Amino acid sequence: MNILIIIIPIALALGFGFVFIFVWATKSGQFDDLDTPSHRILKDDERK
Amino acid sequence: MKEFIKYDDEIVKKFVLATLIWGGCAFIFGLLAALQLAYWPLNMNLEWVTFGRLRPLHTNAAIFAFAGNAIFAGIYYSTQRLLKARLFSDGLSKIHFWGWQFIIVAAAISLPLGYTQSKEYAELEWPIDIAITLIWVVFAVNFFGTIKKRREKHLYVAIWFYIATIITVAVLHVVNSIEIPVAAFKSLPIYAGIQDALVQWWYGHNAVAFFLTTPFLGLMYYFVPKAADRPVYSYRLSIIHFWALVFIYIWAGPHHLLYTSLPDWAQNLGMVFSIMLWAPSWGGMINGLLTIKGAWHRLKTDPIIRFYIAALTFYGMATFEGPLLSIKSISALGHYTDWIIGHVHAGALGWNGMLIFAMFYYLIPRLWNTKIYSEKLIHHHFWIALTGVILYYTSMVVAGITQGLMWLSITPEGQLTYPDFIETVTKIIPLYWARALGGAFFIVGFAIMIYNIYKTIKNAPQAAEEKSVEVSRTGFEEQAEGHRKIEGLGLTFSILTFLAIAAGSIIEIYPTLSLHRYINPNDTTKPFSALEIAGRGIYVREGCYNCHSQQIRQIPADVLRYGPASTIEESQYDRPFQWGSKRTGPDLARIGKKYPHMWHLNHMLNPRTIAAKSIMPNYPWLFEKNTDFLALRREFSVMKKLGVPYDENTVANADILAQKEAKLIADDISANGGPAGLEKKEIVALIAYLQSLGQKGANP
Repeated sequence: MNILIIIIPIALALGFGFVFIFVWATKSGQFDDLDTPSHRILKDDERK
Repeated sequence: MKEFIKYDDEIVKKFVLATLIWGGCAFIFGLLAALQLAYWPLNMNLEWVTFGRLRPLHTNAAIFAFAGNAIFAGIYYSTQRLLKARLFSDGLSKIHFWGWQFIIVAAAISLPLGYTQSKEYAELEWPIDIAITLIWVVFAVNFFGTIKKRREKHLYVAIWFYIATIITVAVLHVVNSIEIPVAAFKSLPIYAGIQDALVQWWYGHNAVAFFLTTPFLGLMYYFVPKAADRPVYSYRLSIIHFWALVFIYIWAGPHHLLYTSLPDWAQNLGMVFSIMLWAPSWGGMINGLLTIKGAWHRLKTDPIIRFYIAALTFYGMATFEGPLLSIKSISALGHYTDWIIGHVHAGALGWNGMLIFAMFYYLIPRLWNTKIYSEKLIHHHFWIALTGVILYYTSMVVAGITQGLMWLSITPEGQLTYPDFIETVTKIIPLYWARALGGAFFIVGFAIMIYNIYKTIKNAPQAAEEKSVEVSRTGFEEQAEGHRKIEGLGLTFSILTFLAIAAGSIIEIYPTLSLHRYINPNDTTKPFSALEIAGRGIYVREGCYNCHSQQIRQIPADVLRYGPASTIEESQYDRPFQWGSKRTGPDLARIGKKYPHMWHLNHMLNPRTIAAKSIMPNYPWLFEKNTDFLALRREFSVMKKLGVPYDENTVANADILAQKEAKLIADDISANGGPAGLEKKEIVALIAYLQSLGQKGANP
């Protein structure tokens, strides 16, 4: 069970790490525009 | 600034037609192989079409010829439009096309002739391996060159999946193909035993991941929104599931080796990562399916949407089943059975096949500037193909579970309930017929498609001038941050992708490269003798590993049936490893000395003289062909260089030693009433090899 000494801090670090990344991503505007790229491909180039 | 450019659609047309031609071949080889299992005389006593050589031909044709050409068609079509640029070089496109077709023809000739490395989906011998590498580089240069000259700065999610495909397939192919030639069409891998097994299944599973999954997800992300005329359900989800998928997939290989002599840590890593794969796989499926959200009514009328939905549903089912089968206790039941065959065909026919069909029904009218000949025929194709896949899948799952349960069944007294292997085979023969019928349905559907496409192209207008498209450079001035910024940087994105796939690869493969660390220091395992190596070459050539494993798992039923579980030491000199992945016949890891030479002789001539209901083919040509003794010297010198402990005398006189051994076996055969004068024949070498299996370790 000694492995818990290593595993619990790793698990906590991972958990908090992802929370931190999520907060950073939201604040830095990563979720501001979720649509443009997916819509752009639908516009076909004009055929001449 | 507006410009007028022309996309290269001629190359797309070429790949489309090649897909259809090779697809037909792959399906027919598959049907013949299926029928051979139901009715053995269809092996026709011909070495070139016997199951052991036909099955690799079928798998290679399906993966690299059918799916491969379709991937190239779809990637070249969508990449030009997504990047608003003509392909980097028309010349490279042509080299790519003709080079790939040449490789396929080389495979179609060399595999039936028995030139094989016996590593699944990597059977092709070293000259073809080199050709594949070169053509893949041509493809990569052409693709990344197009990225370089693109007019749309932002790289759409489809492009990421193409990038991951190109990088990872290159890494997989090169690492798994490190081999030393011993003849024009024969080579030995530098890896041995558990190393070779681990590298091969790291490759094998990721051939599924990065040849049959990531490129198809990329195609899905372009063609499904196009067909539905709706944006992908969640762009954010596509980012998350892309990174999760490419990072996690690469670790999953060892789930093909559960309960084998592969070290436990590798097995457990493979299992855990396989289970994790469920999430990113379903992320892709959900994203594809929900793209149709709000337009579900089109499922009733639009046959192309129907094909896409069916394809995504099969993707979802197959990627649910995969992690399930990777759980050790379920693998104990499913591994080596037809359940796995059902599983891969749910993926190959249901996911890859149906996605390709949908993509082609969308592409072909656009490429040939016309309308599809008959929408009704697409509906017919859909229902017939769906019936075929379901029949195929259900029959194989039932066959696999039935046989798996019979293998595992132990009486209260601790004996095998079905000690006779053949009993577990005859039980599932009706299901082999049902599977063949399912395959036939799939082919009928495909034939309808071919007819429909033939009529479409025939009615197309002949004036085929390439159309100009108006494009402009966009996105190069915008400032993006975070992931969106990376999405605009082709090189950075590619390097990050490489790092994501390199992590798992290195962590899993690196430790086993020091094989000696896993070998018991007091080990006394002896390498194969000269004649045994000659026989091993024949065993590999005939593709025996396609139906017979050489790996007794650490589970009671395996040990009861076949003997003590296989050890790392026993396979340490095996190049290539012969653990196999399917038990259509019994395991052979400890077959040596179990039966007299005459038993093997009669069995290879006609297995039904030994087991009346056997479905194994006859091997009459082994009694006519002479063993190539002289080639042994070169093979032995290569093995010695690779570290197999042979003395100088064995290497220098391998051919003479082999002939001496052959004489002893031939004399024993004639003394026991068998035919005389077999000492030069291949059958004697093969018997020597079979008799040595399980006899080389410390406690045979």
